[in-house]
Amino acid sequence: MEHAFKPEQMTKKYFTPWVIVLVAIALNGLAFLAMRFFFGIGSVTNLNDQFPWGIWIGLDVGAGVALAAGGFTTAALGHIMHRDKYEVIIRPALLTAMLGYTFVAMGVFVDIGRWYYIWHPLVMWNGNSALFEVGICVMIYVSVLYIEFLPIVTERFIGRVNLPGFLKRFNLLVDGLLRKLDRGLDKTMFIFIIAGVVLSCLHQSSLGTLMVIAGPKMHPLWQTPVLPLLFLLSAFSVGFPMVIMESIAASKSFGLKPETEVLSSLSKFIAPLLGIYLAAKLGDMFIRETFVYLAEVNSTSILFGVELVIGVIIPLRMFMSSAVRESVPGLFTASMLVIFGVVMNRFNNFVTAYNPPYATEAYFPSFGEISVTLGFVALEILIYRLFVKIFPIISIPIKGFGAKAKYAIRGGSK
Amino acid sequence: MSQNRRDFLKSFAALGASAATLNAVTPQIVKGSSPNKLSPTRKGVLVDTTVCIGCGKCEWACKTAHNMEAGDIENYSAQLTDGSQRRPSESALTVVNQIDVNNADSHKVKLQCMHCDHPACVSACIVGAISKHENGAVTWDTDKCIGCRYCMIACPFQIPSFEYLKALDPKIVKCDFCIDRTKVGKLPACVETCPVGALTYGSRDELIIEAKRRIDKYPGKYFNHVFGEYEVGGTSWIYLAENDLVKTVFPKLGTNPAPGVSESIQHGLFAYFVPPVALYALLGGVMWLSKDRDKSKGGH
Repeated sequence: MEHAFKPEQMTKKYFTPWVIVLVAIALNGLAFLAMRFFFGIGSVTNLNDQFPWGIWIGLDVGAGVALAAGGFTTAALGHIMHRDKYEVIIRPALLTAMLGYTFVAMGVFVDIGRWYYIWHPLVMWNGNSALFEVGICVMIYVSVLYIEFLPIVTERFIGRVNLPGFLKRFNLLVDGLLRKLDRGLDKTMFIFIIAGVVLSCLHQSSLGTLMVIAGPKMHPLWQTPVLPLLFLLSAFSVGFPMVIMESIAASKSFGLKPETEVLSSLSKFIAPLLGIYLAAKLGDMFIRETFVYLAEVNSTSILFGVELVIGVIIPLRMFMSSAVRESVPGLFTASMLVIFGVVMNRFNNFVTAYNPPYATEAYFPSFGEISVTLGFVALEILIYRLFVKIFPIISIPIKGFGAKAKYAIRGGSK
Repeated sequence: MSQNRRDFLKSFAALGASAATLNAVTPQIVKGSSPNKLSPTRKGVLVDTTVCIGCGKCEWACKTAHNMEAGDIENYSAQLTDGSQRRPSESALTVVNQIDVNNADSHKVKLQCMHCDHPACVSACIVGAISKHENGAVTWDTDKCIGCRYCMIACPFQIPSFEYLKALDPKIVKCDFCIDRTKVGKLPACVETCPVGALTYGSRDELIIEAKRRIDKYPGKYFNHVFGEYEVGGTSWIYLAENDLVKTVFPKLGTNPAPGVSESIQHGLFAYFVPPVALYALLGGVMWLSKDRDKSKGGH
């Protein structure tokens, strides 16, 4: 099989009107973040003794980890199962996972009261704590993601090392080191790739174990001993929709033709994955007979319904239709719905479902909390855009390969 | 990936060996972090709400003993009858409330950390900053805490408080069972101060016998239940009252240990690292077997 696509650096200029908007959102978030570091968490958030965790944990961490699942799901498909045709999407997915987890770590960093002790879990262990497991796994996995990204860095700079000023004399030395690093990575990369998938499965599920200990404080619609399984299955099902959404968005932003063919065939995996997740979620609901809570209409049952119907059932139906899978708007919409569903699920698990026994008022995120969360998202997109300009991440068709390449891909996948 | 099969196998064997070493070393560490120190002589406090007069002196004594802003001792009883349901907070490790908000003559109940026998906060804490002591006290260690507030999520009684408005060194604040006083043979400040003997400090086992003796002796005076004997696996602080305290004062909780199934799930997923290592091996196997798919090309 021949490669019809090759990762290239993007050449379009960095600043567009939308990028300026993102910069503004990011700066607004950073301003509130500064306040948090000078005057304490309470000065920016609506958190209190009743609601110790808000959207910084629910969305920045909970949803953030889930949405970075594109990294390990595509690595499993492309590298472990060796489905070569999906190679074009592995690099963008890897970059998103790497940035995603970096921002998860940032989310934790700003949410914990004593940010300067963030390294404590490395040396102070509590094997009973689900949070400890999540913390350790995420720390190791972030390192693994950076290692997985290194070959892209070596590819970019080997033969092109050009240090400024008096550092020039080290050009050859650095180049040699990069080549050595590249060879070493090539031999050992499979260790990191498998480790990445194992670590992801572990902490994606342990993230679900987190709220189990809240016991009766958590609404029975979400509180279940199979939460880790539900978290893992939903992470599996949101990985590919994230990759599809990003790929389409990036193509549009950089004026490229979307890789519809690859994305269409990738989307075939989504309906079965969503189906398994839905079956587990409904099965759990019927075994524990929690559907009785849906009889009363209140904000809790409505949010559960939204999560399940709009976020799982509708996109499941959409991904079963080949017309949707083969159209770019169809793929984009259905993927966005899955993403919405998983974000809702994490929000519901960490925020909606949490009902402390002595609550006097409900929690709603403050303007500052929302600003920081949006600021992180904006910052992540901005860094993504910067990275695809610096490094060869996004694949573009090789000139002069045209129709023949397309044929080769179709034939090669069988 | 342009390495050949032999390389792959070699590295894989090395990896297996290191995983086995990890397997041999780690469980002890994991076990060591969760010592079950439940001593048969551990202490407790019996709170007899039918005796309490709501003077609030225990609140004042608590603050004084913990070097907190205490104010005038005469002002405390007034707070009790304003109908508010106060909670222990960063500025008060214990509070006394009317059991019935709308009835100023109803009995009063003192609230503080229950010092569970199987504390959810101890199980939850990411760095093991909270520990259960031999004398029953559950205390917090400022040198370890990272301020994640997972203990607050875990606590079934909604007790730990956090200093949200401190930018540096915010603390988790909760009753420490006056561990610094009991260590030197003194009573907890609240128990020592109580002018009417509503609080009895002693061995938890003996306090339960005493509580049941009181119920037997005055069946009309007490609701037939010692709150805390079995709730969430037992608590160091136990309560007697005229009526059922569940729902009016305490949430309805089962008798399973407070961490619930959380620890079993956690240990099931990591049983001696077998599941992760098995998954690693499985994925490695799949990766190796499907290698032929790209052998015509030799990597990327």
